[in-house]
Amino acid sequence: MGNPVDQIFVILKHWLLSFCPEGYVPIASILLSVIPIMAVFGGLFALTTILERKGLGRIQNRYGPNRVGPCGLFQPIADGVKMLTKEDIVPRAADQVIHFLAPFALIGPVYIAYSVLPVGRNMAALDLDAGLLFFFAVGAGSELAIFMGGWSSRNKYSLLGAMRAVAQMISYEVPLILSSVPVIMLAGSLSPTAIVDAQGGHSHGLMQWHLFTPWGIAGFFLFMIAASAEANRTPFDIPEGESEIIAGYMVEYSGFKFALFFLGEYLGLFAICGLGITLFLGGWHSPFVFLEWIPSYFWFFGKLMAMIFVFIWLRGTLPRLRMDQLMGFGWKFMLPMTLLNILVAAIWHLSKTWLFPGVYLTRWALCLGILCAAYVWLGRSLAGNRSVGKRVYRFAD
Amino acid sequence: MLGEGIIKGMAETARNFIGSYSDPERLVTVQYPEEHIPAKQNARNFPFLVFDVEDPVAGLRCVACKICEKECPPQCIYIVMDRDDKGKPCKHPKVFDIDVSVCMSCQICVEVCPFDAIKMDTEFELSETNRYGGLLLTKDRLSKSNEYYHKIHSVEAAEVDARLADEKAKAEEKVKAKLAAAATAKAAAQAAKPVAG
Repeated sequence: MGNPVDQIFVILKHWLLSFCPEGYVPIASILLSVIPIMAVFGGLFALTTILERKGLGRIQNRYGPNRVGPCGLFQPIADGVKMLTKEDIVPRAADQVIHFLAPFALIGPVYIAYSVLPVGRNMAALDLDAGLLFFFAVGAGSELAIFMGGWSSRNKYSLLGAMRAVAQMISYEVPLILSSVPVIMLAGSLSPTAIVDAQGGHSHGLMQWHLFTPWGIAGFFLFMIAASAEANRTPFDIPEGESEIIAGYMVEYSGFKFALFFLGEYLGLFAICGLGITLFLGGWHSPFVFLEWIPSYFWFFGKLMAMIFVFIWLRGTLPRLRMDQLMGFGWKFMLPMTLLNILVAAIWHLSKTWLFPGVYLTRWALCLGILCAAYVWLGRSLAGNRSVGKRVYRFAD
Repeated sequence: MLGEGIIKGMAETARNFIGSYSDPERLVTVQYPEEHIPAKQNARNFPFLVFDVEDPVAGLRCVACKICEKECPPQCIYIVMDRDDKGKPCKHPKVFDIDVSVCMSCQICVEVCPFDAIKMDTEFELSETNRYGGLLLTKDRLSKSNEYYHKIHSVEAAEVDARLADEKAKAEEKVKAKLAAAATAKAAAQAAKPVAG
């Protein structure tokens, strides 16, 4: 079983199950897996809201919320109370049933998707053989929920927002899945646990994360770009562009249902970050062998917090894309790059059998060269002949 | 190259993020209830009544002429002149109310006052639990000393004081001149009398 500190939650679960009457063990086991997931990621959502507001504040040279509790740490509680006590308004013209169901239809699939993520050694709630497929299939359910919300509100802004959201999420689902195909190819499995195990080896003290390969670097970046579009994060947050369509599909939601949409969005972000960690960042493995003694779940959540920080940083930096730019980027850049990355992964894998001095460097140079050349060429050709120079005003001067 | 701008932007925001911790000068926020921005000379919101010397009742500059009441565009001023037992007007307001929930801070009352008795205040923390009575400022709440006026609008108050002193001196001179003229006329009349007699 390994290190007891590392396995403390697994041991605890088995210990609690030993008190359970024979017939109830399966259901108790399910509850003991589900409740911690809901509690931990729900708590992480609360923490992230305050971190995001603080981080964005600091990026804009402000303090951020600092009134409620020490350093404003109780702000999420205050927000929660505010959301709970707010009036829940449903438009008269809305489709009452679907309008009510939409937030729950968003939360449900996202939580289900967590079940296949290995958050620590032996700590995947559901060790499916086709876990990755399951994750993507369930994740696609959030599109339906968003469209339910947008359509049932009977408001042109929500409908436009929902249509944008669906168009964007379906477009970016393609590069998202294609960018994870190399991982499946090289790990030879669709099971997240097996993929993490495949990254467990080490050479020269450095773990063999997929990130430390040329196709892994490219794949990770492509995956994260597609993930931020999937999670509706800046610069791909046009479904809720305040300046154009107020809040998109969330326009007609208030009170706790709005909070649920918010929660769903953040949970989706964590889930997809968790998948990125599983696929490319070695899951719960530490980066260096001498750090293996730190419990695995610390590594997973540490990496998750780091990814969340990067997303906050990006949100504080980038403006929102235009709809056509977003679609163009998705189909003209992301798709070819992910396809090429599959090819590069194949070259990397097949060149393993080459035998001559300096083969390692040659393989790296070859794979990175192909990717960089494609990146530069695609970037240049997409930019066209546009040059950004000094702006000339016809009448204002 | 593609993505160059993103790197530059991220460097800039990272600089801001770290800078805001290391260099508090970057933070422009004034933490309001504890800290205040120093008041500006030209700040104004609602009128108050100036009184001289120590006495907020007798020292009030207002003579209840009701010019401001008549000029006030939203008509938020209400004045009743004080009268003595015989019903003679006292040149003193008995009631002076300003409903600051109606006042639009136009400063017209200040412009029309010939006695420099009403001036604009800078106090803005006026929240009340009672929206009718609480925002109806009565004479005792409106009366504020000339020192307070000097504190909030030092330049303007110095100007007003100089002008008032000037006017007072002129008035005194006038009175003196009048008295002197009367005295000389009297003396002349007295001097002429015996001659005629």
